[in-house]
Amino acid sequence: MYRSIVMVKQVPDTANISGKVMKDDGTVNRAKLPAIFNHEDKEALEMALQVKEKFGGTVSVITMGPSRASDMLKECLYMGADTAYLISDRKFAGSDTLATSYVLSEAIKSLGEFDFVFAGRQAIDGDTAQVGPQTAEKLGLPQITYAEEILNIKDKTVKVRRAIDGGFEILEGKLPILLTVVKGANEPRPFSSKRVMTYKNAKTLLDLQKLCDENSLLYLDELVFEYKNKNMYITTITADDLKELDTSRLGLHGSPTKVHKIESVVLSGGEFSKINPSREGMSKLIDELLNDHILG
Amino acid sequence: MKNLSKEVWVFIEHHNGKPADVSLELLSKGKKLADSLNGKIKAIVLGHNVKSIAELTFKYGTDEAIVVDHKALEKYRAMPFSTVLNKLVKEHQPRIVLFGATVVGRGLAPRVASNTLSGLTADCTDLQISDVNYLKQDYKELLLQIRPAFGGNIIATIITPDNPVQMATVREGVMEMHEVEKPNPIKITEVAYEAGPLDEVIKIIEQHHEEKKVNLKASPIIVAGGYGLGSKENFKLVHDLAKAVGGEVAGSRAAVDAGFIDRDRQIGQTGVTVRPKLIFSVGISGAIQHRAGMQDANKIIAINSDPEAPIFSVAHYGIVGKAEEVVPMFIDTLKHKLK
Repeated sequence: MYRSIVMVKQVPDTANISGKVMKDDGTVNRAKLPAIFNHEDKEALEMALQVKEKFGGTVSVITMGPSRASDMLKECLYMGADTAYLISDRKFAGSDTLATSYVLSEAIKSLGEFDFVFAGRQAIDGDTAQVGPQTAEKLGLPQITYAEEILNIKDKTVKVRRAIDGGFEILEGKLPILLTVVKGANEPRPFSSKRVMTYKNAKTLLDLQKLCDENSLLYLDELVFEYKNKNMYITTITADDLKELDTSRLGLHGSPTKVHKIESVVLSGGEFSKINPSREGMSKLIDELLNDHILG
Repeated sequence: MKNLSKEVWVFIEHHNGKPADVSLELLSKGKKLADSLNGKIKAIVLGHNVKSIAELTFKYGTDEAIVVDHKALEKYRAMPFSTVLNKLVKEHQPRIVLFGATVVGRGLAPRVASNTLSGLTADCTDLQISDVNYLKQDYKELLLQIRPAFGGNIIATIITPDNPVQMATVREGVMEMHEVEKPNPIKITEVAYEAGPLDEVIKIIEQHHEEKKVNLKASPIIVAGGYGLGSKENFKLVHDLAKAVGGEVAGSRAAVDAGFIDRDRQIGQTGVTVRPKLIFSVGISGAIQHRAGMQDANKIIAINSDPEAPIFSVAHYGIVGKAEEVVPMFIDTLKHKLK
C-alpha cells in the first residue's frame, strides 16, 4: 500500500498567446489565456495511478492556482485520483518557483504521511523544471528527476529508470521520495465515463462561496458539509489553513526573482540580399561566398 | 544589503575525467561577469580523483578551484551533491552561481536555491551585470538573467534584487568558450566531504551512455532542413547540399518531430545553439526558438517558398523558391565553379 501525492499544474496554452497578456508588473495575466492540464503532470498522475493498481494505495492530487484550476482537478478525479486539493489564496499570486515550492511543501506536510510525491518534469509556461526539486529539498526528500519508468517497488525501495544526458540510468531510492516524470513516459488514460458522472459537479470552497454570494438562503458551512458528505468537495487550502506559514515568503513579495523587463520579440534586420532562384542568382551568390572565403 | 560578495562560481560538471563543454563555456562567461564586478571566478568541482579536472579549468580563467573529493561523490547523485553545495553556498554566499542547464544542473541548482533561499532563473540566453532601478530603488551591479519565456513569445529580463546569491542555468552552446592567454597560477582549495543523513538513500544500479555521434557546434558549415521539405525523401536534398558544401546536416524541431532527422541534430532553444561560418536554412519557417539557436551564424542563407517566412528576417541571403528546384541548381552551379 503506497500513498502518492501528485503535484499538478494548469498552464496557459503557450502556443496561443501574444504580448498583450502580460501585466505591467511583468507577471502573466493568466485570466486571459486558455488553460490546459500540463501534459507532463498528467503523465505523473498516470504513473501514480499505475502504482496504485499494481501495489495498492491511494492517489491525491494537489495544485496551487486560481479557482478555475478546479477544472483540471476534476479531470484528475475523472482519471482515477481519490482526492483533490486546491491551494488558492490571493496571497500566493505572483509567486516564483521558490515561493511556489514553499507553499506546496507546507501544504503537503499538512496532508500527513506519504510514500511518493510525483510531478511532471516541467510546465510548459516556464519550462524551468525547478518546482519539483525545490519542493523535494524543502520536504527533505531524495529525488529522481526525468523518471521514465518505475521498474519495481519492494521493501520501501523503488527502482526507477530515468533519462540522463546522452543515455539513461537505473536508480534505487528509499521511500519516501519525489519523482519528476518526463514526457513520453506513458500514455495517460482517458476519463472514465462513470467517474465523470460522479465528479462533474464536484466543487471547491471558492465555488461554494460563489453560490452563497449569489443566494442569501445558502450558508457556506452547511454547503461544505453537504458536499463533503456526498464526497463532492474539493478540499481548498488557503494561507490561513497552513498554520506555520511565514507570510513574508509568499507571492510576488516573497519571491527572490523579479521580472525587471519584458520585451516582445523583435526581428533583427541586418544586411540582406535577395537572390533570384535562377542560375544567374546562384552564380552570383556562390561568387560572393567564394570571395569571402566562406566556401571553397 | 551590505558586504555582498563579488565571487562568481561555476559548478563544473564532468564526464570521463573531462569537464563538460557547458561548464567551460560558463567559466568563460563567468570570467567576464567577475571582471565587471572586479571579483573572482571560482570553479566548483565535486567528484572523486578530480584534481586534474580542477586544474584544466584554469585554462578558461579560473582564479581558484574549490574541490570536494570523496568516493561518495564519484558519480553524480542529487543527494550528496546538493548536501555539499548547500553548505558551501551558505558558508561563502557567492554573488553568482552558474550551472549548465543539463539533466544534472536542472536537478541540482533548484535544490541549492531552495535550501539557501536564492533566486534561480532557468535556461538563460544572456547574462549581464548592470545597475538597476527596480520599484524606485537603486541596486548596484545586479545580474541580468535574460531568457525567452512563454514559448518564445517574449524575452524577459529577470533580476534577484534583494538576495545575496543570484543563480542561473544556461544550456550548452549558448555561451562561447575561450581559453585565456595567461592562465592564473593553479590554486586549489580542498574542502572535506561531510556526509549528510540522506546521502546514501539513492544508489546507481546501472548507467548507459551513448557517445555523441555529431558535434554540430564544431562544424563550420551546417545545412539545416525544416518541416517545409514535406517528407523524409525530400529531406535528402539537405543531405545532398551538405555533401556538396562539406557541411553537417541539421534540422528544426518540427523536422525532428516529423521524423525527418535525429533529435541529436536539432538546432534551437531546446536543441543545440550553433555559430557556424555558414548555415543554410532549407524549408524552415524560423520560429523564435529556432532562430535563437542559429542567428549568430556568420552568414545565413535561407531557402523558402514562403516570402513571408520569419527566417528571412535573420538571413543574409534569401532565396524565395522551392527547395526541389533551388537546391539542385545551387549544387550544380557550385560544382561547375569548383572544377
